[in-house]
Order: sequence, then structure tokens, then C-alpha cells
Amino acid sequence: MDNSWKTQTRKVAFGVRKRVLELTIKNNGCYLSQTLSCADLLATLYTRSLNLGPSQGDLIPGPNPGPPGHNGVLPGHGAAYNGAQSADADRILISPAHYAVAIYATLVETGRLSADAFYSFNTDGSSVEMIGAEHSPGFELTTGSFGQAVSQAGGIALARRLKGETGRCVVFMSDGELEEGQTWEGLQCLAHYGADNVVICVDVNGMQCDGATADQMQLEPINSRAEAFGAHVVVVDGHDVEALDQAINHTDHKGKPLVVLCYTNSAQGIPLLEHRKPKLHYVRFGSKEEIATYQDFLDNWTFEGDAQ
Amino acid sequence: MSSAIANNPHAQNLVDYAATRPDVIVLSGDLTVATECHKFRDAYPERFFGMGMAEQNMLSWAGGMAREGFKPFVHTFSVFLYRRPYDQLQMSIAYPNLPVRLVGFLPGLDTPGGVTHQSIEDIAALRCVPNMTILEAGDATDVESFLELTDAIPGPVYLRMLRGEVPRLFDAKDRTVFNRARSLSQGTDITLLSSGRCTEEALRANAAIQAKGISLNHLHVSTLKPFDDPSILEAVAAPKYGVVTMENHVRTGGLGSAVAEMMTDHGVGKKLVRIGIQDTYCSGASLPFLMHKHEIDAVALIAQVEALIGEKLNITADDLASVRVEDVKARSTEQLEAL
Repeated sequence: MDNSWKTQTRKVAFGVRKRVLELTIKNNGCYLSQTLSCADLLATLYTRSLNLGPSQGDLIPGPNPGPPGHNGVLPGHGAAYNGAQSADADRILISPAHYAVAIYATLVETGRLSADAFYSFNTDGSSVEMIGAEHSPGFELTTGSFGQAVSQAGGIALARRLKGETGRCVVFMSDGELEEGQTWEGLQCLAHYGADNVVICVDVNGMQCDGATADQMQLEPINSRAEAFGAHVVVVDGHDVEALDQAINHTDHKGKPLVVLCYTNSAQGIPLLEHRKPKLHYVRFGSKEEIATYQDFLDNWTFEGDAQ
Repeated sequence: MSSAIANNPHAQNLVDYAATRPDVIVLSGDLTVATECHKFRDAYPERFFGMGMAEQNMLSWAGGMAREGFKPFVHTFSVFLYRRPYDQLQMSIAYPNLPVRLVGFLPGLDTPGGVTHQSIEDIAALRCVPNMTILEAGDATDVESFLELTDAIPGPVYLRMLRGEVPRLFDAKDRTVFNRARSLSQGTDITLLSSGRCTEEALRANAAIQAKGISLNHLHVSTLKPFDDPSILEAVAAPKYGVVTMENHVRTGGLGSAVAEMMTDHGVGKKLVRIGIQDTYCSGASLPFLMHKHEIDAVALIAQVEALIGEKLNITADDLASVRVEDVKARSTEQLEAL
């Protein structure tokens, strides 16, 4: 097999999808479709595009330490899994906390978290929470209430600029969050302050809890809306790791925040799921036959190199 | 007691405070002169950030800057700090226990701006937020003391501030102490706990009531959360007739409720009269008019004291000390424009 970064990145994305399907069958329910849509983006960010140092977190995280401010618990310590914070290191700031399982799986596939810890997902007392917060592996912010990450990233980015730091703040967000008014407040403020150290990667999978975004709340045209708010916008195929890296790392957006709209498929990699669209927010399997079908798919699912 | 006036005490105090603290930054919600952070803006333009009228973004943004080691002092009217951006206040600031200072002006009925501008339930809304500290200013010395008091507080702080022509009730050198009520008069008949704007009103009535032979143990309360000041506990347990609280806030969830909780927790079996705004929204008018209408002024205090002791004191308006209560309409044009 070829050892190019693209193949290695796709392999990570494949591992993320497979691991979350396995958990979905095991627990009979998980945020599977979100994982399928964003796996290539997360794999690209973690393995290729971002300057992230080695994880500073424990492969097996301890129990949930409780909220910051008590017993010496500091804010944002889940970020330790993304490497030490330094002046030139990038930050990845997770906005849609419902994607937590995909984050954890990406950390496992990139050697930052143990598989055992992954399987403590959504168990009592674990910091590997279903909807992650800043004590959860990979999380620097508490963003389960949507639309707050862009603004927080703006504050972090402005502070880092004041300190002379060169690392970027890269926000991973979902398209549904564009419905929150604060997203646009944040974008106008980033543009006002010329925050070109902020990159916002949006997983545009076109799905939200109640169904397709086009039916629930029309967001398009996202690109011209974001441009009108002062961002530099690039539209890419969110399953094309080369295009993703090109957009994130090789776009000239001096003086403006960069928004990378990653158009994706929420059934990517598992064609069996296509017929269930647009009801994919939290995937459960109904019957023993259905579970067996997906188990059979999982057992025979192998990495096929370029054929994503 | 003094009835002097301090003009815009926060404006210069903020500049002086920040002079030796390079981590102090200011975010303003398009109310820079109106919240007296304009002198800071002019003195340290590189540390001042206008955030426009977008409070949800402003609060989350402040949280982000606090995570990176800065101390953001977020300036706007009290009402805009919590009512619209309550979720952001909690998830972007309070949950991570970040050192963001929410500097709110025109609290309660202090504004002629009407219902949209009146933060009549802010203390209730913020007292139940974990990690939050709440300080309320009743005079210029409070205003000038608070910024330094925040230095020792690692988490978020809400400062319920006064602006413009602010009464100087306490000696400027006698700085306010964190979590320690200020003794204004000593007595054994009634314990009177007042906060914020109401302390000036309570002082107007204090001498007149005591002249009728009713002694008042009067404390000015500036720390509303935490609420475990031993001098308050001692005071509420002692009076002959009972305890009266007085605040520029609804009767639910503010000073009166905090005192009730303290008395309950400690088994203090005294009568408690809570003077505050009834369960109603208010309209726009001058501060004296509104304080009288909603019965949180000196006249209301006298009526409640009479009810508590069961006799009329026959105090007339002429008996009330002429402590100034400035009509906001008489304040500077610049501030009037910024409502």
C-alpha cells in the first residue's frame, strides 16, 4: 500500500468511521451520521493540516474531574489531547459537541487516546461524555449549546495576536449551527478585527435533528452569506482530503477569517444508510435483522485505499 | 455620613486600576461613554475593544480572551449583560470559571429607559449561577473599591455599578471590604440591611426613625454572593422587632431572599420584611418617581418600620434628611443620549 499522506489520512478516516459504527451497533445508537460526514475533515486536520504537538493527555483519561473551579480543576484541559499549547501551535476548537464520538475516534486513530477509553463513551463517571465538554478528550471549550465556539475562538485568536503568537485557531463546526444568530455576530466581529488567524471548517452535511436543513431552515447560499459578513470563503468536497488540506493551508486570506465549507454526505462510507435520510440525527437499528445486516457490513468492511 | 457627590468615579478609577495591570482589557457593547470606560479607551487604546451591539458574541469573546490570560472587563448596561446572553454568560464564562468582570451600569430602576433597560431581576438571575461572585455599589467609594477587590477572585464577577453623579456616602479612604457589610448605625430594635441605591434612601430615613426612639442596626451590604458574612448573621439574630431588607431589585432572589435563606439555614426566628419591587415590570420615569411608586424609598422604609413595631412614628417629609437623590434627567447631556 502506498504510504502517501493522503492514504494515511484516508486510513485514519476509515478507522474513525468503522470504530463508530462498531460502537453504534454495540450501544444500539450513536451519532453515526455526523461521524460519517466529518471523518475525512477531522482526519485531515489531525494528520496533515494542523500544527499540533504530541498529546499531553493520558491515553486512558481519569474519571470526570467535575466542573472547572472546584478542586483545582482548570478550564479547557481536554485540549491536552491536541498537544501542548505554544505560540506557534494551532488550536482545534470543537464547536458541535454532539460530534464528540467522532473526535474521540479520531484521537484513537491518531494514537492520542486508547481504544479502551473510547469504549467508556457515555458511561457513568467517564469524561468521555456523549456530548463532550472541556474536560473531555480533545475539547478545549464547552460548546454543546450551539453557536458559541466562533465567538470564543475570536477571543482566543485576538488574545493570541496581542501576545504575538503565530498559531491559528481552527474551529470545527457543523452547518446547523449557522442557524444560530451568534454565529453571525461572531463572524462579523472576526472580520471587523481582521482575524486571519482564524479558520472555520464547516461540515455542511445538510442534516439537522429534525431532518434536512433545506427543509428545516434554508441556509443556502452559505458561501455568499459568509462572504457578505466579511469572511474569505472556500467551498470544497469534504471527503477529498487533498482539497481539504489545500483549502485550509494554501488559501491566501490575509486580513480576513477563512471559512472552509466542506460539503459532505452523512452516509459516506455506509451506503446502507442512504435510504434513512433525512432521519439520521441519532442512528439506532430497529430489528435483530437490521443489526445483523450492519454487523455483517462491519465485519466485511475493509480499507480500500483511494476508493473513498 | 456625607452627602457629597463624585462625578463619574468609575472613569478615572478604571484608568488608575489598569495602569499597573497589563492583563486588564476592556470590551464595550457600544456604550463606552455611557459606562464610563471612555477614559480607559483613550488611555490604553490597544487594550480597548468595541464589540458593537452583539452581547452574545461579546460575552463568549470575553471568555476566549480570559482563557488566554487576560482579564476582560465587559462594559454595558446591567440588563444587557445577562438577559439576552444568559446562556453565553453561563457556558462561555461561568462554567469554565473564567476571570471575566461583568461591569453593569444603570441597575434596577436607575435608568429612565423603561422596562427594556431595567435590570430588576439581575441579582436573582446571577445569584443562582455557580462560580459567580456579585458585588453591588451603593456609593462612589464602593465603585472605587470594587476593581481591586476582583483581583483576589479567580472566577467571574458581576459588578452592579453606579455612574454619573454618584453619592459619596462613605469616606473614600475607608475602602469597601469583600464579604463584609459596612456598619452605618448601631441599635437593638431593628436590623436594617440595605444595598445599592437603597442605602442612600435608607440613610435619609435612618436619623428620622432613630429620633423617634427606634434604634437601628443599619448595615450596607455590597457583597451579594457569596452571602456568608458573619457580621450579617450576627445582626439578623439580634434585633428586638425584626429585620428589614431594602433593595433596588424585585423581592424575589435578591438581598431579601439571601437574608431569608441565611436566617432559615441558621434557624434564626426573627420577623423579616423584604422591601423591593413587587412582582411586576416597571415603566420609564425618573429614579425618585419610580422608587416612590414601587415603594423602595425612604417613605416606604418608614411605613414598613411602623408596621413592624406596630405604631405610627409620625415622620413627615420634612423630617427626612435631605440626602441628595439626583434626578437622572439633570445629568449630563452626553449620558442622556446614551440610554
